[in-house]
Amino acid sequence: MTTTVTSHRPRPATTPDTLRTKRLPRYAAPAIALAALLVAAAVVLGAGIGNWVLVVVLGALLYLIGLYLAAKAVEGARSARNRTWSALIHSAFVLAVLPLASVVWTLLSKGVERLDGDFFLTSMNNIGARDANGGAYHAIIGTLEQVGIATLITVPLGILCAVYIVEYGRGKFAFAIRFFVDVMTGIPSIVSGLFVLAFWVLIVSPWFNDGRPSFSGFAAALALSVLMLPTVVRSTEEMLRLVPAPLREGAYALGVPKWKTILRVVLPTALPGIVTGVMLAIARAAGETAPVLLVAGGGAAINFNPFENNQSSLSLFVYQQAGDASRFSPARAWTAALTLVALVLILTIAAKLLARRNRLGR
Amino acid sequence: MAKRIEASNVTAYYGGFKAIENINLTVEPKTVTALIGPSGCGKSTFLRSINRMHEVLPGARVEGSLTIDDQDIYDRDVDVTAVRRMIGMVFQRPNPFPTMSIYENAVAGLRLNGVRKKSILDEAAEKALRAANLWDEVKDRLGKPGAGLSGGQQQRLCIARTIAVEPQVVLMDEPCSALDPISTLAIEDLMFQLKDKFTIIIVTHNMQQAARVSDRTAFFSIEKTGDPGRLIEYDNTQKIFSNPTQKKTEDYITGRFG
Amino acid sequence: MGETPHRSADAGTGGTRVTESHEWPAGASARVAEAPVSTRTPGGTGLGGGGALPRARAFGAERAFRGLTLAAGTAVLVIIAAIAVFLVAKAVPALRADTANFWTYEGWSPNEAQPKFGIGTLAFGTVLSAALGLLIAVPVALGIALYLSHYAPRRVGTTLGFLIDLLAAVPSVVFGLWGREIFINPVRDFSVWLNKYFSWIPLFGGEGPFGKSILLGALVLAIMVLPIVTSLSREVFLQTPTANEEAALALGATRWEMIRTAVLPYGRPGIIAAVMLGLGRALGETIALAMTLGITFGISFNLIQNGGNTIAANIANAFGEANETGRGALIASGLVLFAITLIVNITARVIIYRRREFTESAA
Repeated sequence: MTTTVTSHRPRPATTPDTLRTKRLPRYAAPAIALAALLVAAAVVLGAGIGNWVLVVVLGALLYLIGLYLAAKAVEGARSARNRTWSALIHSAFVLAVLPLASVVWTLLSKGVERLDGDFFLTSMNNIGARDANGGAYHAIIGTLEQVGIATLITVPLGILCAVYIVEYGRGKFAFAIRFFVDVMTGIPSIVSGLFVLAFWVLIVSPWFNDGRPSFSGFAAALALSVLMLPTVVRSTEEMLRLVPAPLREGAYALGVPKWKTILRVVLPTALPGIVTGVMLAIARAAGETAPVLLVAGGGAAINFNPFENNQSSLSLFVYQQAGDASRFSPARAWTAALTLVALVLILTIAAKLLARRNRLGR
Repeated sequence: MAKRIEASNVTAYYGGFKAIENINLTVEPKTVTALIGPSGCGKSTFLRSINRMHEVLPGARVEGSLTIDDQDIYDRDVDVTAVRRMIGMVFQRPNPFPTMSIYENAVAGLRLNGVRKKSILDEAAEKALRAANLWDEVKDRLGKPGAGLSGGQQQRLCIARTIAVEPQVVLMDEPCSALDPISTLAIEDLMFQLKDKFTIIIVTHNMQQAARVSDRTAFFSIEKTGDPGRLIEYDNTQKIFSNPTQKKTEDYITGRFG
Repeated sequence: MGETPHRSADAGTGGTRVTESHEWPAGASARVAEAPVSTRTPGGTGLGGGGALPRARAFGAERAFRGLTLAAGTAVLVIIAAIAVFLVAKAVPALRADTANFWTYEGWSPNEAQPKFGIGTLAFGTVLSAALGLLIAVPVALGIALYLSHYAPRRVGTTLGFLIDLLAAVPSVVFGLWGREIFINPVRDFSVWLNKYFSWIPLFGGEGPFGKSILLGALVLAIMVLPIVTSLSREVFLQTPTANEEAALALGATRWEMIRTAVLPYGRPGIIAAVMLGLGRALGETIALAMTLGITFGISFNLIQNGGNTIAANIANAFGEANETGRGALIASGLVLFAITLIVNITARVIIYRRREFTESAA
């Protein structure tokens, strides 16, 4: 053994000689919590500076301090830190559950009010401020058409782009594409709306429309495509990378050209994952409001033609109804929001289940 | 620095599955004890119950009694972290912290224990790395990522990290199974040196290794898949490998089984 | 190998995923069988052929396909460039018409005969609300993510994680609606309370009315961004190699110390990415803020009085009655927003790519 190992010198004991440590009794944490709440209640209500909310907040704060001090005195600083962080992490969870549960609850309770046949079968055409009926048929049509067109544009483009990045791309150019796909993920939806407004509505559409700019569902689909594209590329890219190399090599060894290997072997293997990514992208696009507001214009009447005249969409409908002065519009807004969330969640859940069933990676 | 470990009637579960049953075994201080046996016989499970790493897995629990110098490891008043500081562990795959440098890896345990003074840390790092026979290879690049070393060096770094906190027992869970023969040899040499200071328990699949490094050998086995692992025979290594009392041990050692 | 469900055995320090996927041909091998179908087609020389090796063709399906993918890849760059070009093209005429200073003027009346508009207040409101929202959301989100990945029982963690993923998909307009109709009441009460006791802090001063304030907007943003950041960072935390977690525990670390030594450092690039994505969302969020902010023009740090405005919310609000210069002005403001988010994004990516190189070379 080398000589340095045997040098002995007093130093902070890192290995304890005894395993037993003093521990806070099991009732300590609830007891501290109770005491903290009582003190908080006494202070807050006694001084009249707030209501029960403040009692809870102050109580929680006192609990954390009390727990830290008690644990530090009995169990030592390390254990005290451990306990306090654990309590903080648990309280973060409780803190977030409250508003999120409120969102879900409000959505359900207010959304069912107008959940009737009328809502799904009529539009807002000729619905005045005093009419209680009216529905979102036109908006649902708009959402489906816009998202459908956007998917048709995005999916081939996105998959081809991912194939280039994974299979063909080399060097700086491929890196630049990857980098900008990442950057594109962060483009705000309103910017993509403005882009299509500037490019399509104000510059291109006048050519078809006697020189006047024209809103259309197609323009909204273009804006949604810009938002969907990076999501599709990224998820496809990830899936392609997960396809095992021996599969590819097996095909090459049989003399199959690369492009056929990609189309016949690689893409089919990655397909479930790609579909999942596409569905998530669709779900996100369906919920976008801002671009539709800017380039589709909205509208109260049913318009099946996405290439001409204004169209609405479910999310835009929610926004417009929420801002409407009629006393019946909030109910319509909530029901439309519920419909929209249901649509988005069905897509998301389906995508997640699909991903879980066909997990290539783990 | 080294302590005696006694297991009596140790039974360990993964949820509803009983992995080992009624293990009785005493490990003497400053010895190397090898645990051998076929796959699935529970030797790793037993090793992990000694420093209470077994219970880290969801649903895993241990029954029976395990003592270290007559202190019950599983006593309710016992602090798990104290157990693990006293009984260090080296894993099958080298697992240095990927975001830390070689130096930071070596002193990670000390830092956890609140040692902040640079001079103490420097000294401890050198001492541990020297004890792990790694100092000469890394002394010029202590600031480089620990994960950039070769597999064998990484494993010695993990050993250095474990002994830097000066535990009393070191558990090794197949420490050489992911390494090449030369690195394996380096680690075996190291074990010889370390047993002057520590009690070492090693799980290994390699019977030559068990024969080379250990003083005592415990043979574990199972009847069939799904049955709990049992301790078949425990004796001096020489005895086990030359003249085992149990037929099963002999079969395994001569390669007729497993 | 390990004899029992031994996590450390297959959760190595990285790289194991690749090898594992090799052992996963269950669904895949069925498809590889399709490959021979295509080998029947090439050439008429018979499989294996004879004679001289065929020469590579100068033009063929391979090249065409490759060109197609290249074009698709290039399209991404073209789109990004086009966004910049077209926004600039439409913004410049409006900026020329602006009779006030675009950077400093506090107000937005581009539709007048003498257009006057400035980006200052809007950019300020955008950054303030996004920063405040993230300041609230990120610690909570990281807490929940840690709870779900390392504290909650596994089944609870998976189920709640799934729910959080779903909440991350809820459209922002729904959060806006909720904020405007429901959440405004407690926030107004809270603002009044803050004003009563803390009006000596400029942030909480003012005479009211309270409610449709930066505080409401930032809180709604926080609640909206929370599931996104949580979902991403939970995934990152779950990817921490079990081997490293066990190494920390075996050194005698408490659970929190294990998280600090193994989980957080390993997940740092992922956390940065998640936060930056959240920031991007918050900066560009339009509808939720258009529905909850008071929409005023003026730079003020007051958080609780009615007011506040952001670039995106202003676009949504002012778009309806904008004339040509008005649209141009809005597009100009969008250009500024684009630039801000681009800078944030590129910074984040550069950080992540750098970190990734470090850990990859290390792993």
